[in-house]
Amino acid sequence: MSNDYTSSEAHPIQVSNETALPYELTDVVPPSETNFIKVNDFRFFYGKKEVLHGVNLEIPSRRVTSFIGPSGCGKSTLLRNFNRMNELIPGVRHEGDITIHGTSIFDPSVEVIALRRRIGMVFQKSNPFPMSIYGNIVYPLRIAGQGDRSMLDETVERCLRSAALWDEVKDRLHESALGLSGGQMQRLCIARAIASRPEILLMDEPCSALDPIATAKVEELIIELKRNFTIIIVTHNMHQASRVSELTAFFYLGNLVEFDETRKIFTNPSKLQTEEYITGRFG
Amino acid sequence: MLRNRFLTGLCIALSLLTLFPLISIVILVIRNGLPLISMNLFTQLSPAPGLEGGGFGNAIMGTLVMVCISLLLAVPLGILSAVYINEYAPVSPVSSAVRFVAKLLTGIPSIICGVFAFAAVVMTSQHFSAIAGGVALAILILPIILLTSEQALMGVSVSYREASYGVGATPFQTIWRIVLPDAMPAIMTGIMLAVSRAAGETAPVLFTALFSQNWITSVFEPTASLSVLIYNFASLPYAYHIKLAWSASLVLVTLVTLTNILSQMIFSPKQR
Repeated sequence: MSNDYTSSEAHPIQVSNETALPYELTDVVPPSETNFIKVNDFRFFYGKKEVLHGVNLEIPSRRVTSFIGPSGCGKSTLLRNFNRMNELIPGVRHEGDITIHGTSIFDPSVEVIALRRRIGMVFQKSNPFPMSIYGNIVYPLRIAGQGDRSMLDETVERCLRSAALWDEVKDRLHESALGLSGGQMQRLCIARAIASRPEILLMDEPCSALDPIATAKVEELIIELKRNFTIIIVTHNMHQASRVSELTAFFYLGNLVEFDETRKIFTNPSKLQTEEYITGRFG
Repeated sequence: MLRNRFLTGLCIALSLLTLFPLISIVILVIRNGLPLISMNLFTQLSPAPGLEGGGFGNAIMGTLVMVCISLLLAVPLGILSAVYINEYAPVSPVSSAVRFVAKLLTGIPSIICGVFAFAAVVMTSQHFSAIAGGVALAILILPIILLTSEQALMGVSVSYREASYGVGATPFQTIWRIVLPDAMPAIMTGIMLAVSRAAGETAPVLFTALFSQNWITSVFEPTASLSVLIYNFASLPYAYHIKLAWSASLVLVTLVTLTNILSQMIFSPKQR
């Protein structure tokens, strides 16, 4: 399958690419995109164990939405459903629905391969392939059948620049990615995740294995990337959630407790549970 | 304190004891095999009984040919089965069956592999042949290759698979481009182990490839091998042939050792 992203009208990011947006939620989100991703009464089961108990959520496009909550609350599980990564685990099933652009991601006509190309994912532990820096970034294109050298070169530079890594690695693109520092590796993984021009970027605790300086760089990057991507980030670090995200969803024991603007969640939450978690009284 | 020292001493003594048989074998083989070592051994045929001179070039060739045949059969089968049971269907009944049978097969006496190949290939083709010997060796090494390959695949980090699936790779692409390349050093180590095992076995080739006094000209005729040569010549009443058997032992031991060392050197686990 070739990368036909630019020609498809189903990808609104490309259309309004040039408009750099301020962070204020209210005046920039076009009404049509406030429910970019819709989660409808979504339940998820590992075997017999229900880990998500009917979650309803609407995530706007080109915003950073963070999922917070104590371990085991289901936030990562929900995240890994957006690109159907959970299907790699045997014995899982779901009820309810998740739609992107109004199309169910579980629709039989949706190919999971194509879905995952539209949704980039960054994992908790940085996982560059044991190949060159260049090889890592072009991997998503090569598996999609893209072999044009100049196109690949161009993508490598674009993605590395987007991931704020270009200046650090441009002289050693063909050296092993495993020689990079932890923070560089994670930014390389972000570069790889955006190589196939996805609309959505899922980040599963992307900074939990990084030191504060590397974390700061990745956070800057996240804020930069939201001009072009809809970002959902799972984090245990509440300062991080408040620094990078405009919307925050608080999960507890498989339920979505509260979902609101980050500012409101952190200053004036409407649920007692949220307040207790934010202030560190539990979790 | 005393007790502790005593136990440590005992462990050291016992470990040295395990080295003893190995070292004695090596010394014995070198002492008896070395005198005859020359280029002639590798380039000439064996002398007629009672005569002297010559070597066992045909047996070295025969062993190499049969090991290659066995690898041609067992390597694709072993690796692809391992890919299936580890990547495609780790929990299916078929995979459990394959795993169980492979483990069972590792314990099967090598002569049974020979008997089977005799019945399956020699009887049906009416010929002792290098092919039959290769088949017998393939059966012998298939479980080794399969199980080490499975271990190698299991050793590939889940995070690589996640990363690959995460960017929209198919299972085939993930296995072919990420998992197999990463597992390859460990798989190659398994193959080298299999090579040294196959090269040293006598029983499977004894009544499948039989033996030959001549150079190998076709894989469909009886073929000499180092191990059978040792077996045959050692039981002959001629002093020179017995010496040849010793030299053949030395060559075989050297070959096997070199394969092992090479595999360790070339395919030792990558630095992460």
